[in-house]
Amino acid sequence: MRTTGTAVLAEGLAKRYGAERALDGFDLAVRRGTVQGLLGPNGAGKTTAVRILATLLRLDGGRAVVAGHDVAREPHAVRKRIGLAGQYAAVDEILTGRQNLEMFGRLFHLDGRRARARADELLERFGLSDAAGMQVKAYSGGMRRRLDLASSVLLAPEVLFLDEPTTGLDPRSRNEVWETVRDLVAGGTTVLLTTQYLDEADQLADRIAVIDHGRTVAEDTPDGLKHGIGGDRVQVVLRDAAELPRAAGIVARVAADGAAPDTDVAERRVGAPVTDGVAALTAVARALQDAGLDVADIGLRRPTLDEVFLRLTGHRTEAAADATAPARRTETAA
Amino acid sequence: MSAPTGAPALAPAPERRLYWAFADCWTIVRRDLTHLVKQPVNIAWQLGFPIVSVLLFVYVFGSAMDVGGEGSYRDYAMPGMFAMTMAFGFMNTAMLVAVEKDRGVTDRFRSMPMARSAVVSGRGVADVCGAALDLAVLAAIAVVVGWRSDGGVLATLAAFALLLHLRFALIWVGVLLGLLVPNQEAAGGLFALAFPFGMISSVFTPPSMMPDWLGAIAMWNPVSSTANAVRELFGRPGTLGDSWIEQHALLMAVVWPLALTAVFLPLAVRRFQRLSR
Ligand SMILES: Nc1ncnc2c1ncn2[C@@H]1O[C@H](COP(=O)(O)OP(=O)(O)OP(=O)(O)O)[C@@H](O)[C@H]1O
Ligand SMILES: [Mg+2]
Repeated sequence: MRTTGTAVLAEGLAKRYGAERALDGFDLAVRRGTVQGLLGPNGAGKTTAVRILATLLRLDGGRAVVAGHDVAREPHAVRKRIGLAGQYAAVDEILTGRQNLEMFGRLFHLDGRRARARADELLERFGLSDAAGMQVKAYSGGMRRRLDLASSVLLAPEVLFLDEPTTGLDPRSRNEVWETVRDLVAGGTTVLLTTQYLDEADQLADRIAVIDHGRTVAEDTPDGLKHGIGGDRVQVVLRDAAELPRAAGIVARVAADGAAPDTDVAERRVGAPVTDGVAALTAVARALQDAGLDVADIGLRRPTLDEVFLRLTGHRTEAAADATAPARRTETAA
Repeated sequence: MSAPTGAPALAPAPERRLYWAFADCWTIVRRDLTHLVKQPVNIAWQLGFPIVSVLLFVYVFGSAMDVGGEGSYRDYAMPGMFAMTMAFGFMNTAMLVAVEKDRGVTDRFRSMPMARSAVVSGRGVADVCGAALDLAVLAAIAVVVGWRSDGGVLATLAAFALLLHLRFALIWVGVLLGLLVPNQEAAGGLFALAFPFGMISSVFTPPSMMPDWLGAIAMWNPVSSTANAVRELFGRPGTLGDSWIEQHALLMAVVWPLALTAVFLPLAVRRFQRLSR
């Protein structure tokens, strides 16, 4: 097993649909044995990128190399080394779980005996042994997803593409899928994962690429991205809004690069980005006490990926927008 | 594991490619036959319409229908119903193709190192098998309501072969339409296309009894040629007009499907390849 080297390389990928530029100079390099998250608002081009890398779509420009083979010139060689699971479990509803895996095994050109053995092995590994003889239409969403994943790793692919692997799943099923992905990665598979859920990227991805309007706007580790938009913030909540200006003065003394503190009167809150989080926090706490201000809460906050996403793309993620705007949703529903 | 870039392309040797084209096709066919076996109720649904129409036409309207010639209306309508069932078959193909495209199964196949032709050829072979089963069931029902072929064994077999020939040609129409429709719900709407295609023909009434313009369309409908040819082979040609197309039903029942295949097979294949656009 190789853990160094590049498993997926995309250079200046371009894809047009009529006048629409779905991909417009998309770059990405994924190291072998890692999980790369691909985040972006709706229509950013995530699915398009995955479909090009998985040889389903022809590219209009640029170059892509997957598992050592050029997707445009050697698609067959690429297909032998990849697995793909899209947003909908692409398994056969009428067949049983075992029949599905055997069929896909035959289509991956395993002989009958090996296809059966591999099916049994995967059913066991994905916790589907008990349901192996059941028609897939009786499976739960999570079971379907796991069968879908099992089908996509029949040949132990070097690179696995997952396009929104947990969309529409309940939290328990999502956890099951996450566990499965971690197992696969522990076994040496490189995973490229698109998702709408930032916590999913946070949980699974070693690195995250943020894509917007068909190009990569940022690429880093989850922590790196969070630091990139200002790192830690000291945040103070007062009991009396009238004291906010004095508190702001104190916070300003520790703010990174002389950044101006943000004040939120309604929340009686003042905060600022800082470089050395713990030192800044202690300094502010002491100064506030010395000044005799009545503090309701004080803390050090790391930006969430949601904030990173908002800052980089100017959009909220679906999940965050849903969570923070229930009122707006009822409005549109009414 | 893999060689770095610059290694020779791993396209399999031509004879291996041919082998896998057949092997993969067979794997897909086996899956579709499993579907057929596991969902016998689907056959009932599929055959419901032809069965109900034949019962209606034979028992309800039959006495009022005089299509000329010596045979009874039943002898006229039965071959028509066989041909109509084959004609409607392209909807099943289109529906199955649309469902697989919708659910991502087609994409999964396309991302695998299998023979791509098998996705289409497997569909074709499985659908012809399904159509043969449809015909067997319909023929059994026809026999129950008193229909017989007077044409001898060979002619009767030839008649069924011509019916399957038409069905085979329409597979490519089905694949093309299944790939063209935006989703499986839209595929259901194809009935609006299938209905006139099956009905404006000599299936239930001779075109000579229709208004001139409609009769001309009906006469030249490939379904009519197959229906008329099958009537001839069953030994009960019924009354035929003296137009060229009606006088050459046997020939045209061979030629029409070949022509349809020649046009629609390349279109369907091209459409399939365009999935990567
Ligand atoms: N087949 C197509 N025909 C025309 N336009 C398309 C097609 N597929 C994608 N697009 C357009 O290309 C852009 C990128 O789409 P893509 O599906 O890659 O986005 P995405 O990041 O996966 O979005 P989502 O989060 O909604 O899945 C969108 O503007 C979309 O409308
Ligand atoms: Mg998408």
